[in-house]
Order: sequence, then C-alpha cells, then structure tokens
Amino acid sequence: MNKQGQHVSQFQASFKVFQRNRLAVACLSVLGLLYFLAIFADFFSPYSYDNEDRNYSYCPPMKVHMVNQDGSLSWPYVYGTSFVFDSFHKRIYTEDKTQKYTIRLFPKGDAYRLLGVIPWDRHFFGVETKGRLHLWGADSRGRDLLSRLLWGSRVSLSIGLIGVLISFVFGLFIGGISGYYGGWIDTLVMRLCEMFMMVPGFYLMLALRAAFPPNLNSLQIYLLVVVIFSFIGWASLARVIRGMAMTLKQREYVLAAKAMGLSDLRIIRMHILPHTMSYSIVAIMLSIPGYIMGESALSLLGLGIQDPYASWGNLLSEAMGIVQIRFAPWILLPGLFIFITVICFNVVGDALRDALDPWLKAEGQS
Amino acid sequence: MATLLKISNLGITVRTDASSRTLLKNIHLDVTPEEIVALVGASGGGKTSLGLSILRLLPLAMEIDEGSIVFKEENILAMPLSGMRQIRGKKIGMVFQESLSAFNPVFRIGDQIAEVTQTHLGLSRAKAMNRVDELLDLVEVGDPRKVARSYPHELSGGLRQRAMIAQAMAASPDLVIADEPTSNLDVTIQAKILELFKKLRKEMHLSILLITHDLGLVRFIADRIFVLYDGRIVESGEAKAVLDAPVHDFTKKLLMATKI
Repeated sequence: MNKQGQHVSQFQASFKVFQRNRLAVACLSVLGLLYFLAIFADFFSPYSYDNEDRNYSYCPPMKVHMVNQDGSLSWPYVYGTSFVFDSFHKRIYTEDKTQKYTIRLFPKGDAYRLLGVIPWDRHFFGVETKGRLHLWGADSRGRDLLSRLLWGSRVSLSIGLIGVLISFVFGLFIGGISGYYGGWIDTLVMRLCEMFMMVPGFYLMLALRAAFPPNLNSLQIYLLVVVIFSFIGWASLARVIRGMAMTLKQREYVLAAKAMGLSDLRIIRMHILPHTMSYSIVAIMLSIPGYIMGESALSLLGLGIQDPYASWGNLLSEAMGIVQIRFAPWILLPGLFIFITVICFNVVGDALRDALDPWLKAEGQS
Repeated sequence: MATLLKISNLGITVRTDASSRTLLKNIHLDVTPEEIVALVGASGGGKTSLGLSILRLLPLAMEIDEGSIVFKEENILAMPLSGMRQIRGKKIGMVFQESLSAFNPVFRIGDQIAEVTQTHLGLSRAKAMNRVDELLDLVEVGDPRKVARSYPHELSGGLRQRAMIAQAMAASPDLVIADEPTSNLDVTIQAKILELFKKLRKEMHLSILLITHDLGLVRFIADRIFVLYDGRIVESGEAKAVLDAPVHDFTKKLLMATKI
C-alpha cells in the first residue's frame, strides 16, 4: 500500500524497481531514441538511402566549423571538398575553403513519404543541394553513411521485434498446448522442439535461406528473413513455457475454469499463459539481440538485405576487406550500432528480470 | 417430483503405477429440483472427488469404473466432451472451498464472472458486464461495481466467496455443487452465506449439493443428508430424521463433535 492507502499494483511495484536501475533506464532511453530515429529515418537522414555521388567515394567524415576564417562565430557549416589521387590511386580529400555550405534545419532534399503516407521533401538537417554533407563519411559509391545507417536501422531494429513477436506467439501457444494436454501431444511436440534445437541455428538459417530463390526483391527477402528467424526461435521458448504450463495447470483456478465449462484454448489463453508473462517479457528482451545479430550475419554474407537497400549487416559487408578498414575506418560504424543495441537490450532484459522477480523485490523493499 | 441428478452404484478407483485402491464404492445419491442435499463425510474420504466426478473433472489418477451419473435424464458418463462443456458452468455450477485460489489472481473478479456469461450465454462484452452487476447484486455484495473491479486478493474472504457463488450462478444453472463453501469463513459470515443459498434456492429455483463435514450447517440448511464413510454411503434420509436419530456410529461421532 502506498501513502494514500491505494493498492500498489504489481506493475507499479516492478516499475519502481526498474527505475532504480539507472543503467537500464539509460539503455532503454537509447533504445527508444534508436527506434524513434528508425521510424522517422527518412526525415532525420540528410539523404535518401540510394542518393549517391561518385565524386565523394570514401569521403571521410566532414569537419563541422563554427568559426569563420576571420574569427567570428557562425552557424555551423562545412566546406566543400576536392580530391587528388595519390601514388596508390587512392583519393586524398581536402577541404575547399572557397566553398562554404551552412548546415540548415529543414532544407529541401530527396522526396519521401513520412510514415509511409505523407509526401514530403524536407529533412531535419542538411546543406543546399550544390554541396554535400557527410558527417560520418561516405561509402564506396559516395552514399552518405549516416543516412544509410538510419535507413538500415529500420530493417535491423524491426526485424528483431517482428521476428521475436512471431516466434513468441508460436512458442507460447505450442508450449502452452503441449504442457496443458500432456500425454502423446506433449511427447510429439517436445521431440519436434528438440529436432529444431539440435541443429545449430546459424546453419539452419543458411539452409533455410538456400531453400529459397536468390533473386527475390527486398521486401520478400525481409519477410523471408523474419519467417526464418521465427521458425528457429520458437522451440526453446516452447520448452520452457511447456514446463510452466505443466505446473500452472495444477492450480485450482484452472480446475475452476474447467468446472465453468470454458474451452481448453480459452483456459490456456486466459488462465495459463498470462502467468508466464514475467518470464516471457524477459526472454523476449534477451532474445531480440540474437535476431538482430542473425540478420546482420545473413546480410553480411550477402544472403539477407541486398544493396542498394541498407541494413546494418549489409553496410558492414563493405567493411570485410582490410583495405577498406585501413583507409575508410568509418564504414565500421554500423558495427558500433549493432554493439550498442545488443548491449542495451541485454541490460534492459536483465533489469526487467530483476524488476519482475517477486522475491528479489521483497528483499529490496525490506 | 422428477429427479434432477441421480448417481447409481458409482465406484471410483485410484490408480498409481504400483497399486490401485477403491476410493468410493456403490454410491447412490439423488437430488430433486429445488432441494438442498448435504453430502457429509470425513476429510480425505472422497467427498470432493464425488463432487468432481459429476462434472467429469476427476484427476487423471482416478477412474470411474462402475455405475452411472444421470443429470436431467442424460447419462453424463457417456457424454462427449463438447456436451460436457454445455453442462459445466451452464447447468451445473461449482463453488470451491478456497475462493482465493479458485479465482485467477491476475484478472479482475468482474472479468472472470463475465467470462462465464460470455461463454455460455453468448453475451456481448457490455451486456456481460451488466449481467455481472446483476449477479453480484443477487449475492448481496453491497457495492457490485467495486467488487467487480477488484482483484481477488483485494476482497475479504466472505465477499470473495459471494463473488464465487455469483460466478457459479452466472449462467443460471439448475444445480450448484458447493464443496465446503464456508469452512474458511468465520461463523457469522457462514450463517449469512447459508442464508444466501436458501434465498437462491427459492428465487432461482436452484438445487444445491452441499459437500461438508459440518453437521451444524446441515441441520440449518439441508433437506436431505447422505453420510459418506469408508467410501460408502452409510446413512441417508431426511436431514431432521437422520440428525435426531442417527443409526451409524460415524454419524453419531460427527454429531458429538458438533455438540462440543
């Protein structure tokens, strides 16, 4: 009970414990920001994912200036660039101090549809179309890396969520049914689970990908990758849920629900599965990184999202050669984003586990 | 008057891997419409199992190996599972002893009662919630809205037991099996719950099979009584007659225990 004498719900109590974990709150904010940027990627990125200019191939990150040459303060700007070839035929970029491009808010740029519906051509920031802005450098074809990172986050971040949701719906129901009915259904389902868990996930993934034609369009590939992940992911969850369902079905309210004539599916849905939620939420959080890394691995090998579309994995595939890493280290940035995202999901998942654990909470409050 | 429920020659066996043991044998029991019948016996004597067998909800280890259970001229033991679902909760309601564990702790009371009305009466969500208010009003909870919005652990034992009776009444059944409905409540609340049963019997034309070990309750409420001892019905008849002149030793002992 709180001071006003109202009852503190389980959710509120868990929320308090979670809030006390500063690191987790910070990580959750980072994730929130990443997802926000992903949703509005077309607005926040200065260029479209396929806007290229070969004159800027492997252009290094541009320096943002705040001070004019005469020493006076200025709105942030970048200089134009020009390049010469060195003796290895590598481009050496230098700032061309005669061209000055102010970084503007909401300039006109590539056209897009905000949230997929509202047609617009303003971007959050950028320079006038004569110049180019590459804050985090450009790739081999002179496409802005920051823009491609943001566009790529759409694929990489959503594939984890959607994949996890689908495989959890399957895992919950298959596990629930298996544990609730028991008997030969249970035996059959569990042997099937074991078959899936027995095959190493990555090779199963490759095999499944190989089973489909290579020349699919990007949306088809995206859906295919999601389906492949859901196909692999449900088994381990189903096993745990099945165990919980076997315990939960002994509860008297399950007997009461049967005595009231509710159907088996309804009992599983209303009286068994909700009680596995605190486990499931944590398991969801902790398994999303696996999906993100899986997509990255598939795309890195060229089996996932294909150029010109971006995902963190296929952005990294450009960084597979030593030459590129040596002379254009900024193309490793997507790796940093994968790293940050995975760490954040793990920290948040851990904190959720603590927050949703009734015993740990009792300890914390005493 | 026609019989509502007739159990004849019922036998239940408990099977484990190694052995099997007869739990109930040669059980005869009947309930007529608008009658309150008490099934009395010691703890662990198979009273609850008998109650569950009427709904075919015995644990896996228990088996009905002889006899018949006829409800409204239909043989329950021969009925397919889909037919059982039309009986469970719709024609026969059940009130459990532990109201705290018989409600799902994560849903509000009102939602759990509404679930039954939605399943059996096919009511829309809004109509189901109205029906919940009516039902809670019927079982005299005082403030139906508040009780409907509460979670099980937020209510007192008495209120929760009333809510469970409301749930059992949700689809207007003909028979309610009440398994020790008052043994966790204190005496004053016990009396009120029993009054409630009497009122429901009269207003809703309900029959009640009361499973209990408390002969004090039986004297107060039951029309007829069946005494279960050692897996058999050892004595039965009009409640008053049995309690005033018990024949079997076990009934006498139980009666002595009540008088202390």
